[in-house]
Formats: sequence, structure tokens, C-alpha cells
Amino acid sequence: MTILPVLPVVIPLTVAAVSLLAWRWRALQRWLGLAGTMALFGTVLWLFAVVWRDGVQVTQLGNWPAPFGITFVADLFSAIMLLLAGLMGVVVVLYSLASISPAHEAFGYYPLLQILLAGVCGAFLTGDIFNLYVWFEVMLIASFVLLALGGERPQLEGAVKYVTLNLISSTFFLTAVGILYGITGTLNLADLSRVLSSEPQPDLTLTVAMLFLVAFGIKAAVFPLFFWLPAAYHTPPVAVTALFSGLLTKVGVYASMRVFTLLFMPQGNSIRLLLLLIAGLTMVTGVLGAVAQNEFRRLLSFHIVSQIGYLLMGLGLFTPPALTGAIFFMAHVIVAKAALFLVSGITYRLTGTYELKKLGGLSHTYPGLALLFLLPAFSLAGIPPLSGFWAKLILIRAGLGAEHYVIVATALAVSILTLFSMTKIWTEVFWKEYPEQGPSPASSVPLWSVPVRLALFFPTAVLAACSVMMGLAVEPCLAVAQRAAEQLLHPAAYVQAVLGRLP
Amino acid sequence: MTSLVLSTATRFLLPLMLLFSLFLLLRGHNDPGGGFVGGLVAATGFVLYALAYGVEAAQRVLRVHPRVLIAIGLLCALGSGALACMSGQPFLTGLWSGYEIPVLGKVGTPLVFDVGVYVMVVGVTLLIIFSLAEE
Repeated sequence: MTILPVLPVVIPLTVAAVSLLAWRWRALQRWLGLAGTMALFGTVLWLFAVVWRDGVQVTQLGNWPAPFGITFVADLFSAIMLLLAGLMGVVVVLYSLASISPAHEAFGYYPLLQILLAGVCGAFLTGDIFNLYVWFEVMLIASFVLLALGGERPQLEGAVKYVTLNLISSTFFLTAVGILYGITGTLNLADLSRVLSSEPQPDLTLTVAMLFLVAFGIKAAVFPLFFWLPAAYHTPPVAVTALFSGLLTKVGVYASMRVFTLLFMPQGNSIRLLLLLIAGLTMVTGVLGAVAQNEFRRLLSFHIVSQIGYLLMGLGLFTPPALTGAIFFMAHVIVAKAALFLVSGITYRLTGTYELKKLGGLSHTYPGLALLFLLPAFSLAGIPPLSGFWAKLILIRAGLGAEHYVIVATALAVSILTLFSMTKIWTEVFWKEYPEQGPSPASSVPLWSVPVRLALFFPTAVLAACSVMMGLAVEPCLAVAQRAAEQLLHPAAYVQAVLGRLP
Repeated sequence: MTSLVLSTATRFLLPLMLLFSLFLLLRGHNDPGGGFVGGLVAATGFVLYALAYGVEAAQRVLRVHPRVLIAIGLLCALGSGALACMSGQPFLTGLWSGYEIPVLGKVGTPLVFDVGVYVMVVGVTLLIIFSLAEE
């Protein structure tokens, strides 16, 4: 099936185009969005099954052979990321059905969501570094609009920072691609890997690697380039924040994992140390920022930054268990973090505020919601037997195995601080008495209809359940992550699948 | 702002520019040109019309909303790629009919793709410029 690796891009684009035609029929747009993301999820499940069974899947677009045309490649790592993107798509569209205002819908919220998904899937699939840049731009342009849609003052302020920094990052990316093309004369990732390993040019390669590190670092929000994220992520509707937290920064991490494992890692001891340093600083600054926050979504936004550090730690260690841990951690953090954002949206619907000081008492009135918060929050902090525990355990064991004790100690300390800030949310929002005089929010809450309740709680519950399941069924999940890590560490199979011959 | 010279000239220039844009579109497969430039030239024609007669008049001349053009263009381009998949070849592979049609030349899915690009570029450019002009 040569069409299969292209479908995750074609489906959302088609849905976006049809939704544009159905501009005035909002209800139709909603159902198209839902049907489209479900179709996308089905397709990526299928793609995942095929990749698992038959190995790397490749399509040469336009039938131009590999180093000349654009190649779409789905290895196991790509397939896992696509699976997560598909899941996030379905969940976020479901949640949007009940939470997105008509004003947002009137400006094309659903088509934009599809274009964002197309960009993300394209970035996960492409095997061409310039094409990767193009998909980044598709994704970013859609995200700019989603972020600014609504036009409130803090939104625009956040959007300006976000847009500016991402444009700078794109410039770095493009410069790096240009230099790389100048050195090697090719843009195909597999071909680049072959050329760089057969004719190494350490100095120039290091320069390019650093440029890529800055470019992807801004997009992934690592230290010291992360400040756009907490400034922007708490401003749009929660569904958008959840999608961004699940996918956007992770595309940056995906790109650095892909590019560094294929091109630069085999030569770069110094790059590894630098990555570990950045990883540690990202963890610490992120979590310290989170501890100081008193607003639900800002606190969670800082945690995104902190978690990115763990992913980079896996990449920086660059051993099989470390990469396995990073991939497992990626799946865990996407699911858990999105679930927490969705919970913050529900509490906002119940109480009308994100300020922790003004919230309280929700565990008495909404024990179900409290449970939905507790599971992903504890998972994020790394309490057994939830997914975060295993993710951190594997990473820390990998760190011990590679004898990088400083980063291991940092990761453990940050874990404790994460637990601290999660319990802070827990006590403030759910446990303590409702702070203000007068009736508690429970009595003033409008009675939600069953579909609204379903659309808000079902996706949140699905994500929380995923986090629990990944913790309970850790063996099969780890087996998948392990095989994906093997493929990343030994790019020969990837290169052979793309170029059709051994490097 | 109404200028007699501009509005009279525009009436002749719009069809000419549209014609030229089609020329660029058809020429573009092997020579400089193609859907993207063609679309830009066509959009320029409508922008000129909007300058001379106002945005509403330009939208009336265009007949459809630019948004619809974007959607149609995107579907055209995707459809031309998907045709190749139906015959078992990779996405976006060029399929040629084998006939030479006067004026158009060799006909195949790349032409459909280019037409899609053309329509989409017209839609995007006009949507941006009309929205800015309405502010």
C-alpha cells in the first residue's frame, strides 16, 4: 500500500477543504471535524499495525526516486507519534464540541484544527529535511491563528511572543538546512545520514548541529528559549491549549530526535553533553517556574517545559534504554498533560476561574472530576503504578547505567517538586474549603445536558484511562518503545528502506 | 478615491491580466510560469479592480467567495494526487492522457494539480487583501 503513509496528511487536508466549503453550516463542520479525526485515528492505527508487522513503510511522492524527490517514511517512532496525534485529534475535537464558542467556530476553528493536524502528521512522516521545514510552517501558521482567535488582549500578547520566537526559530532552521545542503548536496534525511557518516566534516557538521539545536530548541521550549510558552499557552480556549501541549512542542522534540539520531549523534560526544546540560536546566527552570504559579493553566504550562527536559535527557544519554524511556515518556506526557488541561477547562466551566486561590471544595461536589485530575497528576509526578512512574524509572535507570549521576539526581529532585506542585493544585482546587462567602459553585452551576457532559468528561476520561493503562500494561508498551528506539539507534534500516540499498 | 483613468483602464486590464495568467499557467509545465505565478497575476487583476471600484464590486465580479476558491483549489490538487493512487502508483505521480490538445498541449494530472494551485493562490491572495481592505 503506497498510499498509506500519505493518508494521515491527505485526510485532514481534505476535511479542511470540505469544511471551508461548508463555512456557513457550523453543525456540519463540527461533525466533519469529528468524522475526519476519527478517520485519521483509524488510519494511523492501521499504519501502526503495518509498520509493526512489516517494518519501515516508504512512499516516494510523485514516483521520483529517493534522494531527488520527497520521501514519506513511517518507521515505528513516526507511527507512535502519529498514533498519539490521531488520539489527541479525536479527543480535542470531542471536547471542542461542548466548549468552543460560536465566535470561534465562525472564524474557522474546525478547518484550522485539521490543518494543524495535517502539519503535525506531515512533520512526523516526511523523510526530507526541507519538507520538514515546510510542515513546520504549515503547523505554525495554523497554530498562530488558533492562538490569536478570539482577539483578547492577553491572547494577542501571547501570540506576538509566540509568533516572533517561532519565526526566529524558522530562520535558524532554514539557515541550517542551507548550510547542510551546501556541505552534502542532498536534503533527503536518509541520504544525508549516508553522506555524513561516510565523509565526516566535524567542524561544519557541529555548526549545523548547533543551529538545529537552537531551531528545534525554540520550538520544543527548552532552556533558555522557553519563555514564549508560559506566556502564550494559558490564553486560548482550553481545547486549543490541550492540543498545543500535546503536539506542538513534541513536534520540536520529535524533530530533534529524528535529526540528531540520523545525522549528528554518531560523531557527537560534545553534543550529548550539551543536550544533557540543557535537559537538566530545562527540568529545573520549568518546575521552579511552576511552583511559583497560582493560576491553573500557567502552572501546567510551566510543567510542559519541565517535562521536555526529561525527553531531552533520553536523547542526550543516547543508549538503547534511554531512548526507549524517552519514547515511552513522550507518549505518557502527551496523554497526561492533555488530560490535566482538559480538567482545568472543566473546573473553569464549573467555577468561572483559573485562579487557585479562588477555587476550592471540588472534591466534595465533584468526586469524579477529582479522580480525573488525580490520575494524570500523580502519573505526571511519577507515582506507581501509573505511566509516569515507569517512564521516569526507565530514564533514571538508563542514566545510572550510563553513569551520568548529576542528571539522574536532577531528574529525581525535579520529580519531587512536580509532586509538590501537583499536590498544590490538589489541595487548592479540590480539597480546601470553598474560600468565598456565599453559595459554593456547586449550587450555582447550570445543569449541563447529557451531550455536553459527555463531550467534556468522556475525552478527559479516555486520556486518564490511557495513562492508567500505559502504567498497567507496561510490558507491551515498552516492547513497542524498545523496538522504536532500536530503529532510531540503528538508522541502517531506515536508510535502506528509503534509498533501496544498503548505505 | 475614484480616478477616471484608473477605472477605465481597469476595465480593459482585468480581462487582459486574466488571459495572461492563463497563459502563464499553461506555459508553466516546462517553462517559467505555472499555477503559482499565474494565480498571483490573476489575483493582481482583481486587486486592481478592487482599487478602482471598491472591494464589494470586486467581490461581485469574482462571483464566489475567495474561501470557496481555496477549498476548490485544495481539493483539485489533492484529487490530482489521489488519481495516481487509484492506479496503484505513489501519491502525486503524473499520469498523462497521451493526447495532444491544441492550446493546452499534453494533458495529465500535473495540469490538474497546477490548476488547483492557481485557484488556491487566487483564493488566498484575495482573501487576505479583501480582508485587509475592508478594515
